Amino acid sequence: MAEPSATATPVGKKGWLTVQEERLFDFFDDRRWRYTACGILLAVALALPRVGDNYVLEIFTNSFFYIVLCLGLNIVVGYAGLLDLGYAAFFAVGAYTTGILTSEAGWNFWFTIPAAAFFSAIAGVVIGGPTLRLRSDYLAIVTLGFGEITRIAARNLKEITGGASGLIGIHRPVLFGLELRKISHYYYVFLALVVIALFVSYRLQNSRLGRAWQYVREDEDAAEAMGIDRVAVKLYAYVIGAIFAGVAGSFFAAKMTAISPETFQFMQSATILMAVVLGGMGKIPGMIVGALALVLFPEVFRSIGSVRMLVFGLLLIVMMIFRPHGLWPERRN
Amino acid sequence: MSVRDIVIQQLVNGLILGSFYTLVALGYSMVYGIIKLLNFAHGDIYMVGAFVGFSFLSLLSGTLGDEWGGILAAMVLAMVAVGFLGVLIQRIAYRPLLAAPRLSILITAVGVSLVLSNGAMVATSGEYKAFNTGLGYEGFDLGHIHVTFTQLVMMAATVVLMMVLHLFISRTLYGKAMRAISIDMDACRLMGIDVNRVIALTFFIGSALAAAAGVMAGVYYGSIHFFMGFVIGLKAFTAAVIGGIGSIPGAMLGGLTLGLLESFGTQLPGIGTQWKDVFSFGLLILLLIFKPTGILGRTEIERM
Amino acid sequence: MNVLSVKNLSLSFGGLGVITDLSFDVEQGAIVSLIGPNGAGKTSVFNCLTGFYRANSGGIFFDGESILRLKPHRITQKGMARTFQNLRLFRSLTVLENVMSGMHCRTSMGAVGAILRYPAQRAEEAEIRQVAERCLDFVGILDQKDRLAKNLPYGNQRRVEWARALATQPKLLLLDEPAAGLNYDEKAQLMKLIRRIREELKITIFLIEHDMSLVMNISEKVVVIDYGQKIAEGDCATVQNDPRVIEAYIGREEAGAHP
Repeated sequence: MAEPSATATPVGKKGWLTVQEERLFDFFDDRRWRYTACGILLAVALALPRVGDNYVLEIFTNSFFYIVLCLGLNIVVGYAGLLDLGYAAFFAVGAYTTGILTSEAGWNFWFTIPAAAFFSAIAGVVIGGPTLRLRSDYLAIVTLGFGEITRIAARNLKEITGGASGLIGIHRPVLFGLELRKISHYYYVFLALVVIALFVSYRLQNSRLGRAWQYVREDEDAAEAMGIDRVAVKLYAYVIGAIFAGVAGSFFAAKMTAISPETFQFMQSATILMAVVLGGMGKIPGMIVGALALVLFPEVFRSIGSVRMLVFGLLLIVMMIFRPHGLWPERRN
Repeated sequence: MSVRDIVIQQLVNGLILGSFYTLVALGYSMVYGIIKLLNFAHGDIYMVGAFVGFSFLSLLSGTLGDEWGGILAAMVLAMVAVGFLGVLIQRIAYRPLLAAPRLSILITAVGVSLVLSNGAMVATSGEYKAFNTGLGYEGFDLGHIHVTFTQLVMMAATVVLMMVLHLFISRTLYGKAMRAISIDMDACRLMGIDVNRVIALTFFIGSALAAAAGVMAGVYYGSIHFFMGFVIGLKAFTAAVIGGIGSIPGAMLGGLTLGLLESFGTQLPGIGTQWKDVFSFGLLILLLIFKPTGILGRTEIERM
Repeated sequence: MNVLSVKNLSLSFGGLGVITDLSFDVEQGAIVSLIGPNGAGKTSVFNCLTGFYRANSGGIFFDGESILRLKPHRITQKGMARTFQNLRLFRSLTVLENVMSGMHCRTSMGAVGAILRYPAQRAEEAEIRQVAERCLDFVGILDQKDRLAKNLPYGNQRRVEWARALATQPKLLLLDEPAAGLNYDEKAQLMKLIRRIREELKITIFLIEHDMSLVMNISEKVVVIDYGQKIAEGDCATVQNDPRVIEAYIGREEAGAHP
């Protein structure tokens, strides 16, 4: 299995870029620096609502939301190596669960979160169960189809989901007596979600399950020979990813108070995938940079929004051929 | 309408749909057979074929008219042009990754798909384009159902293409090489077969067939747009799986079967046209659970 | 007491018989070799035993229990581990991480444990690490544990493969051509290692090998197959002098196999 030689350091000259990368990497590798950097970022993030205006807060809230989705897909694609092209479907399941339960059944928002997680998990098991036994190529297309199905179902089942015009009138959640109305409220809520998602992702990565994902991803037959049930391991990744998306969708519905099938198109799934790819599939820091770039990029370059996907496509191709380990420098020995 | 009429109508619809699905599914199966890649961008090749055919038709309609003469010429030209496009894509985006982990090449394929579909979107400003031809509705009647000559010609064209492909695969050296490579690529390399050439040829043929389907779809439905490759990609994949992925007769059988199942399926209570995509997709899932190798596929034994 | 018992095993691919009516036993604590000319079907036998191929008929019994229809990971859990002829290490992971994979089937912490890291989970992680390090030490490359597997020289990569299989704490270890690509000294070390695995770890060994001197040196029993059928079974001396065995090898001129 040939791999690009970014890690091979032959005797002799290294490119200037590689040297800079290695210096950067050694710098970040120092644990104290990492914790300090995270601390600083967190402090800045907490302080932002004091100084930023609503527009800025809205952008960051959106990016936090994307980061959570990307972290979820990162588990599926990055850790376990499964190409999921219909990830937006789980996000839809979560959003609609919350939307329907709050606006039509009058549930308290906070109770809909476990419900959203539950239904997303079920969806993950239903789709993943039969397909994860098969070759990885099949999963890509099946998940794509599932994404489409979810969108069509949301559009056609008018009585339940409000049809093409969507579900409106989702109630604002109430937290300790405070109704969450302002953008700054959601900013903090989503920031908290990001922190939780990051925590869970890191913990999963460095665990028996996280290692099992890596083994299956590297060589699933060898993993199987080592006693690892590859179908079960893949299913875990798929379902956990689904839960991330479902919970994120739940909060999304509360913030937007209205959702429609068009929010859950393939383009969404592709965008989230793009961020994971930019991160090098499995590595979190690069992925966060990627997610931020993807949210900020269209804001900054509003006028060429329609070309965005075209650029993404080119980026995907270029990344895979020249830099599959992502933007962030790669571990070496 | 009597039951007989409904049956005939759906039969005709099914065969036409089946023709499109078959032509696209063939490309899927051939490429999968030879390099074990489900070319995610294949549906978009179909879309590009439709647009290229449309352009050629506009160019040629002055000299050859916009009826069958012009259309067939435009189709052949589109097939050749898009065939080369397929080869180019394969060379740039897929060949460098043949030895890389599977995930890489799948992601690249997604990238190619995005480039093609969004490129078309930008070029057309997202609008539907009317595919105007001089063809009318002449035909004949079976019961109360009117079958147009257009429909007949399309079905015939598909059959002709399938036969030509079959002859090519079974009689020529390239065809043999394709089959051999799908069994054991390394052995073929050792035997001195120019594997890269044969792969390129496979992409050429698969893309050309998809382009033919695209042009026909344009003629048949009267309009084309940049996202038309998306759904057909899924359907054609389903068809290929039904027939047995990697198998060429399987793709033909699968395409036909899916077209007919879908047409008749819309007559089932509760389904209708709204849900037909879900119906086809549901078939795919069931198939993958119970018989992933399809009707004619071989069970793959992986050499450890 | 037979740790492995194969009865009338048959496997064919599309009409081509790969294994035909094969029967043999491996006793507890023994070192048994499977030999035969190239293409005789030896690796296919391993693949059937470990669940990667599904035999068409016959029986495979591990410790008296049928494992014919089990998935590979279940078979490994039951105590049969294997190495691969063409080394299938997890190349971009470290040596230690590679060997830790063997402990997966002996442990059970899941997602919840991973997230919460309560004491039982941490104890399990420590145990995984300890066992992996012991296995690396046993094969002699503990000092390499933090290097990426792909950066190791071939001989050491082989050892990682063995350590990884040992980490599954098997009763029966299947070695698929363990001496391939090793030089004379490395082969001598391999023989010592195989004996140590049997003596110290009490693991039964069943190996495929082409190097006859190695086979005759360490095996207590040899099973010979040709064209998927057993042509001899017995101790080294018996097999060496069996006319059918001699004919099978001489009839197939190939470098390196002298009975």
